[in-house]
Amino acid sequence: MMAQATALKAAPGDPATDPAPIIEVRNITKFYGEDVHALDSINLDFPVGQMTTLLGPSGCGKTTLLKIIAGLLEPSSGEVFVKGKPVTGPGPERAFVFQDFALLPWATVVRNVAFGLELTGVPKAQREDKARHYIAEVGLSGFENKFPHELSGGMRQRVGLARALAVNADVLLMDEPFSAVDEQTRRKFQEDLLYLLSVEKKTVIFVTHSIEEAVYVSDQIVILSPRPGRIHSKIRPEISRTATPDEIRRDKAYLDTVEEIWTNLRKYLD
Amino acid sequence: MSISTTPAEGLAGLPGPKGSRTALSRVFILRVLSVIGLFAAWEIAGMVPISVAFPKFSETMIALWEMILDGRLFDAYSETLKPLAVGVLISAVFGVGIGVGMGLNARTQWVFEPIFVVLQASPVAALIPLITYVYGIGITAKTVAVIILAAPIIVLNTYKAVRNASPNLVQMCRSFQGTRAQEIWKVIIPAAAPVIFAGLRLGVAAGFIGVILAELLITPTGIGDIISYHQSVAEYAHMYAAVFTIIVFSALVVGALEQAETRYFRPEKRKSQ
Repeated sequence: MMAQATALKAAPGDPATDPAPIIEVRNITKFYGEDVHALDSINLDFPVGQMTTLLGPSGCGKTTLLKIIAGLLEPSSGEVFVKGKPVTGPGPERAFVFQDFALLPWATVVRNVAFGLELTGVPKAQREDKARHYIAEVGLSGFENKFPHELSGGMRQRVGLARALAVNADVLLMDEPFSAVDEQTRRKFQEDLLYLLSVEKKTVIFVTHSIEEAVYVSDQIVILSPRPGRIHSKIRPEISRTATPDEIRRDKAYLDTVEEIWTNLRKYLD
Repeated sequence: MSISTTPAEGLAGLPGPKGSRTALSRVFILRVLSVIGLFAAWEIAGMVPISVAFPKFSETMIALWEMILDGRLFDAYSETLKPLAVGVLISAVFGVGIGVGMGLNARTQWVFEPIFVVLQASPVAALIPLITYVYGIGITAKTVAVIILAAPIIVLNTYKAVRNASPNLVQMCRSFQGTRAQEIWKVIIPAAAPVIFAGLRLGVAAGFIGVILAELLITPTGIGDIISYHQSVAEYAHMYAAVFTIIVFSALVVGALEQAETRYFRPEKRKSQ
């Protein structure tokens, strides 16, 4: 149960302790138009099988960075490598979970979950089988033929998560997935997510503005400073994953890490 | 392996199937009552009378029945429907096509937007002499009148619907490696369907106005002939009966379009109705 947080200086991951990176971000800079400088020479490694959180105040470019990694936005300069290959657009090894769920309102839960497979031409019976499996996995059995407007916010995001899992990508990119979900649902969802990831063995890049959420779910936290977005520091909250959620939330090291990040971030709010 | 859903996350307070069925029949009763109320008001207004040119509802219905029996109405409609159907069909097919093109492609938009904005803003009755100048007084001129009224509404609604299709859904489609064609057919067009269909309904209603205008202003044929003839011989009940059939017919077509929309494009609406 003993846990401690170690803050690292902004530098490429230490090869002695980190597993091989599956995603490498090299010198990414992003301008919007002439004068909005969103990201400034970001260098980051995302170790395989780990959950990395991009944390920072609004305007620090964390969602921009995530969308550049996803291949949905082009950087002004710099490159992203996935498994050693440079990113030129979205690819099968990455799946995105959207902040606003981005479900097709005219499609049932099954079709929504199978949509990624539908786009890549998987036959209907096969993709719906797979969709049903992941619908059960995220706890939505019995809701297969419902439409998104019949579900609560938390359930809609479970559909979004199932859709991302169904394409069997190595990396899940999650853009503030719980921000549109109420607090109780959010906690349950975080616990379920950790459990699911321990089963599915994915690499996850997770964007959030919630410090508690970042410390609770992450192996590695990257704190970004705003305007332009730069890496402020990296933190590895070394919290035992065998502890129960309630134990973790009362753990001193957990609370200390939250406090430490807050001290770092609060100066950007003035 | 699976994770149970918490009870707090149950169905978001939707009425059960039984509740929605009673609500549905209540809506139906209200609709019937509103129609009966309208006809009753018409009857009373005719009895007052507001004007000698304003027949009672019952007189109008008798005239209608008479025109159905002697086949006049049927002949008139077979005349009126030709330019109407051709015009509406052309407006719908090309209108939706051009509108989708404008929404997807800026260059197409620059070419077509001014034309249709001008057409929509122009008073068509004033253009009709020009139409007869170019297309004569036959069925072509009447078809053109229908198109001029219907097409701008359909084009501009379709264009706006496509342009405003959720960028988040488009991005979602791209992130799962959807092609541009998949983006258009599986996301943009279904997302735009409600507004496209709203435009089609308005466009079809405008097409009815166009055909009647043409039949009144170019050469009296079909329903326009019935209206103008009975007006000239002061048989107002027959005139209103003809107008009445147009309204009913137009409403039926618009209603059928709505059914087609929910059936083929918006299954979630059908379920929640």
